[in-house]
Amino acid sequence: MNMNMTILGQIISFAIFVYLCMKFVWPPLTAALAERQKMIAEGLDAADKAARELADAQQSVETALQQSKAQAATIIEQANKRASQIVDEAKETAQAEATRIKVAATADVEQEMNSAKEALRAQVATLVVAGAEKILGASIDVNNHKELVDKLAAEL
Amino acid sequence: MASGMTSSEYIAHHLTNLTYGKHPVNGWSFAESGQQVIEMGFMSINVDSMVWSVGLGAFFIWLFSRVGRTATTGVPSGVQNFIEMIIEFVDDNVKSMFHHKSAVIAPMALTIFVWVFLMNLMDLVPVDWIPHLAGMMGIHFMKIVPSTDLNVTMGISFSVFFLIVFYSIKAKGIGGFMAELSLQPLGKWALPFNLLLELVGLIAKPISLALRLFGNMYAGEMIFILIALLPFWAQWVLSVPWALFHILIITLQAFIFMVLTIVYLAMAHDHH
Repeated sequence: MNMNMTILGQIISFAIFVYLCMKFVWPPLTAALAERQKMIAEGLDAADKAARELADAQQSVETALQQSKAQAATIIEQANKRASQIVDEAKETAQAEATRIKVAATADVEQEMNSAKEALRAQVATLVVAGAEKILGASIDVNNHKELVDKLAAEL
Repeated sequence: MASGMTSSEYIAHHLTNLTYGKHPVNGWSFAESGQQVIEMGFMSINVDSMVWSVGLGAFFIWLFSRVGRTATTGVPSGVQNFIEMIIEFVDDNVKSMFHHKSAVIAPMALTIFVWVFLMNLMDLVPVDWIPHLAGMMGIHFMKIVPSTDLNVTMGISFSVFFLIVFYSIKAKGIGGFMAELSLQPLGKWALPFNLLLELVGLIAKPISLALRLFGNMYAGEMIFILIALLPFWAQWVLSVPWALFHILIITLQAFIFMVLTIVYLAMAHDHH
């Protein structure tokens, strides 16, 4: 094993290879690696952000749902109230109407009765006079005895 | 094992580089034996080591830059995924050990890791295939694992050494670097002793880096060659377990080389 000029040749080739590696191998490959690292980091960031946004959206959906549920409940309650109110009102109206009709009918009946009584009285007076005439056989002067007859009739 | 060779000839053949150099007698030529390689001395070059290491380095740059050009930021597929894994692995190591700003250190760590790994990986190619093919084409010697050549591992580790010195001076100034070498651990009255100690420590870094990788790979290769001396029907009993174990070693050695480089350069940046 002897040393010779090969060592110089090796030093020169080594220098050239290191230079070529510095120039054509190392920069593009490390650049590609760094670029990919950046892309992956960005991708992870984006995924994180998307997850956060999704959670936010779910939150707001939840809130909106709750709000609309509450609103619906209020509306239903109001409607129920209104319906019972309407029913109450209708009942009241009907009651009033019924009372009114009853009163009117009672008045009518009273009036009829009164007029029937009047007519009856008048007829009774006449009948009494006629009966008395027949009994006494004499004519009773209607005009003279009118006061008496009327008193009689009023007592009937 | 090629016929007509003794075992020692076979081993020596497998451990000899294809060397081109200036021989004192033959002039500029390919060495025809290990003896001629030694005679050539420094003025020679291991052609097989150079071709395989540069080829593997070029393959690394080609593959990685191709993926880098077409890299998408979307879902990575197949090769891109695998290469991004390596890049992230190296980047994590650099970031955990090296806390200064440098445009060179991470790409260099990647180059060391992948290049050394690929050179080590050649150890798993059965020891006779490519040398035999080369022999048929008239090439006598062919060592296909560049990291079993001390020149190769030394070449990388001394490059790292230059960077250690460069960054030490850049971070602390020449004065600071000198002070670090001479004024510790015993204070200024023991300056020569300190200097000796620190210089040994400094030199030991590249030497140990190179020898560790070289020793591991050389030993691994040697065992594959020894296994290849067995009868062909018995080889798999040893070569398969050793190859499986060796997958761990080649990865580990590439990793250790990279980590120690990062650590040394981080130390060069730090003030003590």
